[in-house]
Amino acid sequence: MSTEQVAEQVAEQVAVLGVGMHPWGKWGRNFVEYGVAAAQDALADAGIDWRDVGFVAGADTMRNGYPGYVAGATFAQALGWTGIPVTSSYGACASGAMALDAARQRILSGMCEVALVVGADTTPKGFLKPNKGERGDDPDWLRFRLLGMTNPAYFAMWARRRIDLFGASSDDFAQVKIKNARHGIDNPYARYRKLVTAEDVAKSPTVSSPLRLLDICATSDGGAAVVLTSMEYAKKHLSTSAGSGDPLVRVAAISTVTPTFPNTILEMPNFATDSAAGIAQPDRGFKQAIGDAAYAQAGVGPDDVDVAEVYDLSTALELDWYEDLGFCGVGEAEKLLRDGATSLGGRLPVNLSGGLACFGEAVPAQALAQVCELTWQLRGTAQGALAEDAKVGITANQGLFGHGSSVILTR
Amino acid sequence: MAKAKLPAVEGWFTMSPSENTLRPIGADPVALIGTRCEQSGTYFFPPERVMSRAPGFAASELVEVELSTRGRLWSYTDAQYQPPEPFEAPTDPYQPFCLAAVELETEKLVVLGQVVAGVGIDDLRVGMEMELVLGTLYEDEDTEYTMWKWRPVAADTARGEA
Repeated sequence: MSTEQVAEQVAEQVAVLGVGMHPWGKWGRNFVEYGVAAAQDALADAGIDWRDVGFVAGADTMRNGYPGYVAGATFAQALGWTGIPVTSSYGACASGAMALDAARQRILSGMCEVALVVGADTTPKGFLKPNKGERGDDPDWLRFRLLGMTNPAYFAMWARRRIDLFGASSDDFAQVKIKNARHGIDNPYARYRKLVTAEDVAKSPTVSSPLRLLDICATSDGGAAVVLTSMEYAKKHLSTSAGSGDPLVRVAAISTVTPTFPNTILEMPNFATDSAAGIAQPDRGFKQAIGDAAYAQAGVGPDDVDVAEVYDLSTALELDWYEDLGFCGVGEAEKLLRDGATSLGGRLPVNLSGGLACFGEAVPAQALAQVCELTWQLRGTAQGALAEDAKVGITANQGLFGHGSSVILTR
Repeated sequence: MAKAKLPAVEGWFTMSPSENTLRPIGADPVALIGTRCEQSGTYFFPPERVMSRAPGFAASELVEVELSTRGRLWSYTDAQYQPPEPFEAPTDPYQPFCLAAVELETEKLVVLGQVVAGVGIDDLRVGMEMELVLGTLYEDEDTEYTMWKWRPVAADTARGEA
């Protein structure tokens, strides 16, 4: 069977029956609490009892000791052991999507009908930093030790390319923040719900030139959960229970591809790119490949997308995603933004949740939060900014060590 | 007594590069050490010593080479706030510094490095020529830990000031 045939068979065979989130913030409590709250909400949303779940997948956190490394079991124990199989995934910012993919595979293979996916995090204040100890063979430790390269320094390198190559300005970047702040203002799950002006951004201190404090996402506590089921189960369940009448949202694609050698874009936490001497670089870069794989699996293209949730680790990075996901040509993202295409009411609103600008990053929960938001958008029940009649939504994110993911939902 | 000079990381650069390496004016020479995959012709930095990461070339020999000491600025930024541990600030109070990503033409790869002190964001632009010099990462009582750093090639800097 060809890849296309496989894709055709798996697209839209799995339903998102329930979603739930714990509000993002700096609550300082145990991450398990946020995960359990999100899971309870997702189960209630689906109208499913925890005892009817056949598989549990957790997205790991690296900042909360052993329970964080075995998140699937941690959440299963907290919800009450029921004897079901478990998995725990870690893939940096893509962790939630990897856990979601594990759950989808269980359902597609017929090994279970209902799966619960949970991710939650409690984050320390300030720059994300490596684990402690002298670890001279860990590039994530060495980049701080030998260079002082923080995550925002990498974001800034990419942002500077937009300025020097495409003529982008700091004000363009600020417009992303202004848009996302406006989108997220009524989202009950968002941490920051306050309008931002260009002056606010310009007055915030530079962290890593050209990025200012308000261009860069914070780190947050939060939790998100998703209940996936087979289509057959979903239809039967909705016909027999007191369904809400909301449209059924389907998983059309989950992409968790790795880069192709040589990857010539600088990635966290690396000291250098791969070399393109000897072996030619692929036509499509890593971030483009993440979206390409999702589109191929879903059998849709950028023109079909009604709504998107993309990883705005920095304001400038949201603009990169417009191009990498094919919403516009290379170097055209600033125009797309300024034309209002990616704002509420535009042809392809991006980050109606408010994005990381309003949430701050809770790593293992974030890719799942994107799926929660798209589900609400496609059902037409989002409590904050709501797209009109959205039928196809795409998520995208990228993180350390060659991880990235994209999920396409349809109804 | 002069402090001992030790590389801040073992095996990634040499403080005595080969004779045909371009010598920076008024600074100690340094060259990055990489490896080249003999069969595919690709390079690795930091030096890959286990096996070639070029798919399909696992059997290829990896040969240690000195990388070009000049390249074009791919991108740049600075660190206005002191990076967290395990970063060791060389000065107290903390002095912001610039960071450069430099593209090497022969090796067709981009290498990060701190920019030497005294160069600010406004002195840099994408595409300008940069050269590698030996610098100090931090010092303790009896040892100076050395590190490669990037700086604009002198002529280019002069043109910027004209």
